Amino acid sequence: MPKGMETAAQPRTGAARGWRRLREAFHKAGSPRWFFAGCRAWMIGLYAIGAPLVVVGAVWGLAFVPPDRLQGDSFRILFVHVPAVHVAQSVYYAIAVAAVVYLVWRMKMADMVIAVGAPIGLAITAAALLTGIIWGIPTWGTGWVWDARTVSTLVLLILFFGLTALRQAVVRPQRAALAVALLALVGVVNLPIIKYSVDWFATLHQPPSIRIGQKPAIAAVFLWPLALTTLGYYCLAVAAGLAGLRALIVDREAGADWVRQWLARPAPASE
Amino acid sequence: MSTFAAQLRRDLLLAARRPAEAANPLLFFLFCTVLLGVGAAAEGEALAGHGGIWVLALFANTLAAEGLFERDHEDGTLELMLIHARPLLAAVLGKLCAHWLVCGLPIVALSPVAAWLFLGSLADAPLLAASLLLGTPALALIGAVGAALTVGVGRGGLLLAVLVTPLQLPVLIFGVGAASAGPFALYALAALLAASITLAPLAIAKALAIGQEY
Repeated sequence: MPKGMETAAQPRTGAARGWRRLREAFHKAGSPRWFFAGCRAWMIGLYAIGAPLVVVGAVWGLAFVPPDRLQGDSFRILFVHVPAVHVAQSVYYAIAVAAVVYLVWRMKMADMVIAVGAPIGLAITAAALLTGIIWGIPTWGTGWVWDARTVSTLVLLILFFGLTALRQAVVRPQRAALAVALLALVGVVNLPIIKYSVDWFATLHQPPSIRIGQKPAIAAVFLWPLALTTLGYYCLAVAAGLAGLRALIVDREAGADWVRQWLARPAPASE
Repeated sequence: MSTFAAQLRRDLLLAARRPAEAANPLLFFLFCTVLLGVGAAAEGEALAGHGGIWVLALFANTLAAEGLFERDHEDGTLELMLIHARPLLAAVLGKLCAHWLVCGLPIVALSPVAAWLFLGSLADAPLLAASLLLGTPALALIGAVGAALTVGVGRGGLLLAVLVTPLQLPVLIFGVGAASAGPFALYALAALLAASITLAPLAIAKALAIGQEY
């Protein structure tokens, strides 16, 4: 932590102190310098927790869980597919929250969260779709079914792509940031409507013969490794986001003194 | 004259003075109808039906939306509108209303021709026209959000299509669904229209302001 950020006189009651600390944390997180210094430990910690969780969950799911009664071994892709879908949706909601923060308070960090989150969301949604297709080939007999969840995941992919494409297309950075934030907000308002309409559309068509992923349909044996990989995916996604944010902070704040000092630091990296 | 009426009158006048330009979306819709018909006939299959007509209407709408604010942006009228028109939302709605009257309504009016060509009879024409009547304004409003975000960006319609197509998907689904599911889909379209008339102008005004200020 850089020095020089001592807090003022402490308030007396516990609640007021807690509130004050929360506000301080919010303001600190909004400053690239503080964020950069503070997030390194979080990033390393999340990588250290997330990677073993994914490995343990995947090995457990692939090798030690009994095969499914209907699908045999092909269902095992569930342990990498379902977490990807969850994380993909969560990334979009996180971006939408950052968009509100950016439009209301114009915090630089919120825009950076959007800028870093969109490609991560794009990648993880693509992974979710791809694993879904691989799973669909033995299970449904075809890689692609116009099912409610496949379509809404595809829509999510296009929404993420739109966020990245708009940022690249608009030349002036401030305008790009605001436009992307607004687009993310419009998208999140639409997301429930899209979900509802796609569900309705899927009931019009013949439903797929086997429906997996509905909560009661999953036996408890499968639940534990799935919970591990899901938690691991979340940790890794946040860690990747923090790593991206650190890179983006150095890039955007390249003119600031503290960045120059950090870049010119002595070889054994000590922050 | 109210802001809404003034804006509506101006945009309709402008469209009337450039009739060929205003007719482009409609011609696009008709020509693509012909292309789709030829393609389907060459395949020897049943024609594309409601889905095909709706997708073409959506594409025509996206193409039209692309130029919605572009000319006004180039000659500075857009900036004047943002500075002077009060309430701004009324001006935005007037502009969109004129846009739909020029680009959307003719497609609705000509949809019986498409129904006759594609569906083989006029029996479904009223349903198709009703779904398009409710759906095309919603498409125009959502398309306008994308157009407002990309004013002056100059990447053409492809970027716009990527931005707004996912948002327009519900309209397409209920529009096509009207053929098989009947009244419920029409109610859903009406709900979507009500929601987009209420919310889209807010987003459009904000997006235009962002484009002018930064």
